[in-house]
Amino acid sequence: MTTFVLLSITGLGLAALYFLVASGLSLIFGLMDVLNFAHGAFLTIGAYGTWWAAGNLPGAGSTGWGFVLAVAFGVGVGTLVAALIELLLIRPLYQRHIEQVLVTVGLSLALVALVRAVWGSDPRPFPRPEWAQGTTSVLGANVPNDRFLLIVSAVVVLVSVLAFLRFTRVGLIIRAGVENRTMVTALGIDVRKAFTLVFAIGGAFAALAGALGGIYLGSISPGQGTSLLIFAFIVVVIGGMSSITGTAAAAVLVGLVQQFANYYAASGVGDLSVVLLLAVVLLARPSGLSARLA
Amino acid sequence: MKDRAVNRRNVRRLAPLVVLVVLALLPYSTLNLPGLFDGVLNSPGTLQLLALCLVFGGVALSFDLLFGFTGLLSFGHALYFAAGTYGANLLLTELGWGLGAAIAATTVLGIVLPLVIGSVALRVSGIAFSMVTLATAQVGSIIVLQDPGGLTGGEEGLAVDRTPIPDAFVGVFNTVNKYWLALAYLVLVYAVVTWVTRSRAGRVWQAIRENERRVEVLGLRPYRFKLLVFVLAGLLATLGGIVHLLLLGGSTPRVTTADFTIGLLVMVVLGGAGSRWGAVLGGVLYTYLDSRLTDLASSPAVQDLPAWLRVPLSEPLFILGTLFILVVLFVPGGIAGLVDRLGERRRGRRRPAENPPPGRAVERLRDEIGAGVGGNRPHDGV
Amino acid sequence: MSGQGGAPLLRMSDVHVRLSGSHILQGVDLTVRRGGVTALLGRNGAGKTTTVKAVLGLVPSTGVIELTGGDGRTERVDGRRTHEIVRRGIGYAPEDREVFAGLTVAENLALAERRGSDHHHDRVYELFPELQKRSRQLAGTLSGGQQQMVAIARLLLNDNQLLLIDEPTKGLAPLLVAEVADVLARAAEEVTILLVEQNLTVVQRMAQDAVVIDQGRVAWSGPADDLLTDADRTRELLGVAASGGGDHR
Ligand SMILES: Nc1ncnc2c1ncn2[C@@H]1O[C@H](COP(=O)(O)OP(=O)(O)O)[C@@H](O)[C@H]1O
Ligand SMILES: [Mg+2]
Repeated sequence: MTTFVLLSITGLGLAALYFLVASGLSLIFGLMDVLNFAHGAFLTIGAYGTWWAAGNLPGAGSTGWGFVLAVAFGVGVGTLVAALIELLLIRPLYQRHIEQVLVTVGLSLALVALVRAVWGSDPRPFPRPEWAQGTTSVLGANVPNDRFLLIVSAVVVLVSVLAFLRFTRVGLIIRAGVENRTMVTALGIDVRKAFTLVFAIGGAFAALAGALGGIYLGSISPGQGTSLLIFAFIVVVIGGMSSITGTAAAAVLVGLVQQFANYYAASGVGDLSVVLLLAVVLLARPSGLSARLA
Repeated sequence: MKDRAVNRRNVRRLAPLVVLVVLALLPYSTLNLPGLFDGVLNSPGTLQLLALCLVFGGVALSFDLLFGFTGLLSFGHALYFAAGTYGANLLLTELGWGLGAAIAATTVLGIVLPLVIGSVALRVSGIAFSMVTLATAQVGSIIVLQDPGGLTGGEEGLAVDRTPIPDAFVGVFNTVNKYWLALAYLVLVYAVVTWVTRSRAGRVWQAIRENERRVEVLGLRPYRFKLLVFVLAGLLATLGGIVHLLLLGGSTPRVTTADFTIGLLVMVVLGGAGSRWGAVLGGVLYTYLDSRLTDLASSPAVQDLPAWLRVPLSEPLFILGTLFILVVLFVPGGIAGLVDRLGERRRGRRRPAENPPPGRAVERLRDEIGAGVGGNRPHDGV
Repeated sequence: MSGQGGAPLLRMSDVHVRLSGSHILQGVDLTVRRGGVTALLGRNGAGKTTTVKAVLGLVPSTGVIELTGGDGRTERVDGRRTHEIVRRGIGYAPEDREVFAGLTVAENLALAERRGSDHHHDRVYELFPELQKRSRQLAGTLSGGQQQMVAIARLLLNDNQLLLIDEPTKGLAPLLVAEVADVLARAAEEVTILLVEQNLTVVQRMAQDAVVIDQGRVAWSGPADDLLTDADRTRELLGVAASGGGDHR
């Protein structure tokens, strides 16, 4: 029982990480038809931004509010980089989706290489606030607190995104744009502003995932984002490519399957099961689990 | 005027032959190109690098068949290359097969694997296809890294057992033979790709790239043609993996990753998607730069630079990634596209192109099939 | 309103459109005058929809497209981005309605509220009480006729000077055709309309001017009555007989 609880909560923690990366991916893909390969690099930037701030930014640190400030800094840098990339590199290729994807592929190489050039390819120990190092007893299982941090953050992000999409005008434009971008412009709306916004939002979430992933794993390395990205892609496809709730459900599914299979079968089997899951979903329903953004 | 045009066409036709002869004779040269290569041309180190360049020229061309000619953006091409190097390696090292048998069996694998995966992956199109290929290739990567039963060597990679391999392909002194082997592989890929892209299937591929639904309207089944090109490209990559194995004397897990496929994509776009010589040149250039930029980074010329320049320059992938972005943004069609445009500007007119102008591949195919089938204008959105 | 009145509001000259290798518009010249309804006619595949899309910048075009504003200033809009063109006071109802299926009726209308214009929700709900009742319903669950009402409501919500309406009665039951025609006729008292329409009864009732497109070129233009009262010409240009009466579908 304790193993089951521990695996479930750890699986949900992993799911939270996937969701943070995949939600931005699916927003960007839904609205712009761009599969953003640079998303893993946003994660790396968020992780290194937080790590750097904790050690160097006045007022920031590795505990308490100082750490919150460090995370805010990392998220801020990730957001800024993402917005600039959309404005300077993606926007000039308006409507040329393959080229846009290619640019993000180039960015995924260049940005990660840049981080490696500056801070080396060896893993760096990541600051972990004391609270995150403790454990909490749940039904007899001692669950590390960082799992809860991940899960709560993801839930907060999920609820805020849904509220944003539902209750704001920009959210309305995004929902409509996912469905029919052309008609949105034909109503006199400059949909490109929403493009920059979803890139920035996606960058922020990925950067947050980078910081939280750093706490969870205890260290960061430049290639981390890219390896997480493949599973985030799978989550996006299973979730229906452009649906936030679908992405959340798919993230939970993938996170749990991976944890349980890796534990009960053999290490690596979980990863394979996830790929198998993707194949099954795609063959059964070529459009994924759900088709609309909500 | 007319004579000169004819001459020029002959030159164009002869160019590949001239390049081939030069490449074949290169190992006899003791030319020293300081800066470009560390040793004289026929030193083992230089020949090894050149051979790698040639292999990746061929593998890039196999990827171009998918991406450039047919418009299929696969993110899983690494799998077939990896199947070649790991497949042959396991047969040689674990089962002790002879080289011929190992190559034959791996070739079969190079047909069956893309056939099975392609028949599933090609049921979806666009980005979903990219994702399925990415995910299936990831399976290969996971398996290799997990090192099941100690077979694949995990992160360490797997050195090949040299006993079954003919002496001519073993050791530093035989680098020249490996070089010729690599050249032979490239020639084979180039010949096959030239032949198939000029065949009817090739014209269907180009029409699919342009507008798949209109190809359907012509009464053809795009699925079969896509599967054909997927298997052919996979097979050519598998053969490339075998040559790579003989060249390096082992297999490395790096060739199983998504980054490896992305490298192929960069090669093709750099050189010119949809152009045969462009893709080859892209593969050669990328491989050369990847290797030389690493050396450059540790050279005194770079070490003496101020930090803001030295640090980024120390990462070949940063330079290659940036170069790639610049090409996508500013040089559509890559190097081949650039050369074409420069040539047109100099002559002031188009040469009679072998490829149809953009947007014309479907028309050409329709004319070929005959007005009877698809002679009427297509309807909305088709 | 007479067929002679009104200064040019929209002028297209020598407009060409090429899409994935096909030369679809081959030099379209046409003028829409301020006030009343101009019908854009032609056989299926003639290029009517493409002409409308060219005005909106939804397809790339060459040639000159000019709009004259309420202040009398004439501006070229070709090459401008769609939302900028639309903000000059253009409403668009596309051929397949293209209401947002995943949004509610109210959200569809809220989205259509354009900056720099008043928003006449009361006018819209007065014309289509049905929409008010269903304002919280997802537009994708509406019937075809109700979706067309949403599409027209989007047009009438803002202060426009020109409405581009592509086959608003396509696929509607005869009763609904009459209702849509009524609404459009009322709208035409205040705003200029370029109407793509296959139903010649509707055309006859509403249009003063007519432009006939054939194979990407303007084959005929002039007063609508001249076209519709000449059965031979109608048959030749449109391939149908002007019936004067019932629905030719
Ligand atoms: N995106 C497109 N690509 C290629 N051809 C198109 C495209 N859209 C429309 N066409 C073609 O252009 C022609 C005119 O279409 P359209 O303007 O929709 O005609 P209409 O509205 O008069 O029925 C048709 O032959 C149609 O098949
Ligand atoms: Mg039409």
